[in-house]
Amino acid sequence: MKINSPLEAYKFLPGTNCGECGETSCMAFASHLIDRSLKATDCTPLVSEEKYKKKYAELEALLAPEIREVVIGVGEKAVSIGGDDVLHRHKLTFFNKTAFAYDVWDTMDEKDLVERVNKIQDFKKFYVGDFLTLDMIAVRSISDDPAKFAAAVKKVMETTDFPMVLCSFNPEVLKAGLEVAAEKRPLLYAANKDNWQDVAALAQEYNVPVTVFAPNDLDMLKSLAKTFSENGIEDVVLDPGTFPTGKGLRTTFQNFLKIRRAGINGDRDIAFPIMAVPLTAWMAHDDDVSASYWETVVASVFTVKYGDIMILHSIEGYAQLPEVHIRDTIYTDPRKPVTVDPGVYEVGSPTADSPLLVTTNFALTYYTVESDLSSNGIDCYLTAIDTDGIGVEAAVAGGQLTAAKIKKGLDDAGFDMKEKLNNNVVVLPGLAARLQGDVEDETGAAVMIGPADSGRLPGWMEQNWPPKK
Amino acid sequence: MSNKMKLSGLTDILKDLDVESLEGVTIEGDIELDISGGGGLNPAMAYALGHEAAQISLHVANIARMLGYPVDQLFAASMGGLPQAPVAGQSRIQDLIPAKFDVSKMSEWATPIQEVTLGATSADGGSRKSTVTLGGENALPYYFDAEMPHRNYVTMDVFDMPIGMAKSVKGNYEDVINDPAEWAKKVVRDFNADMVTIHLISTDPLINDTPAREAAKVVEDVLQAVDVPIVIGGSGNPQKDPEVLEKAAEVAEGERVLLASASLNLDYERVAKAATDHGHAVLSWTQLEINAQKELNRKLMKQCGVPRDSIVMDPTTAALGYGLDYAYTNMERIRLAGLMGDEELTFPMSSGTTNAWGARESWMKESPLSQDSDWGPREYRGPIWEIVTGLTLSLAGNDMFMMMHPTSVQVLKEITQTLYGSIEADEIDITNWIGAEV
Repeated sequence: MKINSPLEAYKFLPGTNCGECGETSCMAFASHLIDRSLKATDCTPLVSEEKYKKKYAELEALLAPEIREVVIGVGEKAVSIGGDDVLHRHKLTFFNKTAFAYDVWDTMDEKDLVERVNKIQDFKKFYVGDFLTLDMIAVRSISDDPAKFAAAVKKVMETTDFPMVLCSFNPEVLKAGLEVAAEKRPLLYAANKDNWQDVAALAQEYNVPVTVFAPNDLDMLKSLAKTFSENGIEDVVLDPGTFPTGKGLRTTFQNFLKIRRAGINGDRDIAFPIMAVPLTAWMAHDDDVSASYWETVVASVFTVKYGDIMILHSIEGYAQLPEVHIRDTIYTDPRKPVTVDPGVYEVGSPTADSPLLVTTNFALTYYTVESDLSSNGIDCYLTAIDTDGIGVEAAVAGGQLTAAKIKKGLDDAGFDMKEKLNNNVVVLPGLAARLQGDVEDETGAAVMIGPADSGRLPGWMEQNWPPKK
Repeated sequence: MSNKMKLSGLTDILKDLDVESLEGVTIEGDIELDISGGGGLNPAMAYALGHEAAQISLHVANIARMLGYPVDQLFAASMGGLPQAPVAGQSRIQDLIPAKFDVSKMSEWATPIQEVTLGATSADGGSRKSTVTLGGENALPYYFDAEMPHRNYVTMDVFDMPIGMAKSVKGNYEDVINDPAEWAKKVVRDFNADMVTIHLISTDPLINDTPAREAAKVVEDVLQAVDVPIVIGGSGNPQKDPEVLEKAAEVAEGERVLLASASLNLDYERVAKAATDHGHAVLSWTQLEINAQKELNRKLMKQCGVPRDSIVMDPTTAALGYGLDYAYTNMERIRLAGLMGDEELTFPMSSGTTNAWGARESWMKESPLSQDSDWGPREYRGPIWEIVTGLTLSLAGNDMFMMMHPTSVQVLKEITQTLYGSIEADEIDITNWIGAEV
């Protein structure tokens, strides 16, 4: 993005405050253009009226992200990668979280392939009110046989809507894959120094995005990207090679930094999304656990630093869980604390005999506790105390969660315990046990100490609820 | 051929000489003029598209025209033909556009991070065999802008009483859980810890209320048991900690330990004074808030007179999935501010990476939610949770890690030292990774 203040964007808007975009003023709209929550196309007059045509075009050019955005796949599952404008996420946030493609290969049994694809597309992990999931399938040609590759691609397509990466250095193999899958807009992998003319021709003919691969040769990588884009192939992804160990990994890391810095600083020839291939960790380790660990480590490094898409192999939960979490971590906007409004919430259908539980307004804590309760059918009142978005343990240590705060939280929510409950009991989180005496004094209620982790609430309820007289 | 001339140069020279056609020139041998350029593209169209090969054929055509060849007829024939649909392998881009990759270094990173040395050898009046120096960076970690002068270090946690631990952590310490000195020996000898942190948690009035003087004996035992630098932690009780750390600082005189911690919610002046009186460094601990960190560092320096080379910051580590998003950016902003000259933030950083074990994903046997996919065995899941938590912060600028699980320590050290550049490994040939049987 060439501009960074709403005022600069405002100059290109009609300035009529017509409200068609849903905002009260053009200035409000302009600020949403800058934080990317709205697009120029959301301004109907700008797009439709002839007199604004030039301004619209200029604005679009100014708003275009520094790193090109590339779309892979079609329909609901299509994946956008790239599109970033900054080197450090506190300045704006990072957009388009790293796309995770897990591999299958064309020498797999059909049954195994279908099973693996299903496992990948069905993966989910609950987190802060939603599920973390995976994105893509990378089909590798081990056979180097066009027919075998086409058959594998076809089987993947029959099994899932996930976008695909078609992987081979043999243009004939890639062509066979494209003949089956071109309409699904797969990403071609890869053009290198030997095959680039043929792969470029395929990308042009089938109009699909394409990866250029030049292991540890940034001149060649840039040369390929420049050649492709100047010949009209603009949906390019850069793979500078992922060397999985030793000095090679260090060099790979620095290559990623160099490419992204040059791109953000305005070198248009290299301002494309970057691909990492943590799968190469499997070429360096013999046993599955070591390989999975190292793959997860490499994936984490390049999720934090500028990998926009990556190809992975391990589908073990212990490897995937940290991968999806670190990605969510880095692509969460760090400028806004993720909190829920303080208050007393009803989980299920609580009655006067239900428990009143206390937690914090840190979104993660709240949603974790809430889902543990609701998914286990526990009807209760759940109080989110305003701890400035800090979790229970840290809030107790730091003084954001105190007996006075709990009392205030209940009062502010207008929750009268005598009126609402028959039991006069407050259940504190296990990690806030040291507040027990104070809370009893402050609220006049009996205090019970719940488990340290809300995942154990079901068992705790069975043992402790209703409270013994 | 020493002097090369482009064909376009030749036609230009002929034009400059006002030569419209060449007469009396004979060409020996056969001349083949392939106007289609060999690439299948209509040459005029290709020329318009800027294809270099097509340009060459046009230059050849120009010369040929001067030589009296019926070039225009050939062109006409070619132009008149129906444009062919591009077919793979035919619509080839002829040449790679040469490019040089270049990127500048960060000029605004002009202030090095303060170096802080922990531990004292006999030469410095202590009994440590080795010391550890943190800080000194001139760039974000592992960046190409400047070499890092010091690698990251790991200090492993030891407690002065048995504590609740995740099962996969506990398995490593069951034999030493009642003996902090043996525990300390074990982490150095068996688990490659660079340092040891002794946490005096039994001093908490709500736990055992161990008197400070008694707790200090444990510090002496640990100093006897190992010869690496040590960190001394209190129980986290703000009323008790200053007293506990004072006594500990006293018995550790000369060893240049790191006192953990001074914070805004306790009498940080007492902790700071204990450090300066006995020649130790102090850990400046705040909670995920850059301005609080500045405030505390300022107070330690200005109000308490702690020298710059004796402050390490702990801006708080939230676990992966439990606030690491803030912890990461908080550290990154602190490090960037330090490199860009904020004198209140140019200190090395420490992370309580062990906090990763508070995340349910690291220790719970399986997901409590039936909708979740299989989490995999926790024996493998736990360590990687601690590794990824620490690794992420290492990329934000963290210098020292407080950790617990031996596997986590080993892998974190391997990855951070790989990025640092001190790990040699056979280079893996990845040029044909697609076909690898993995």
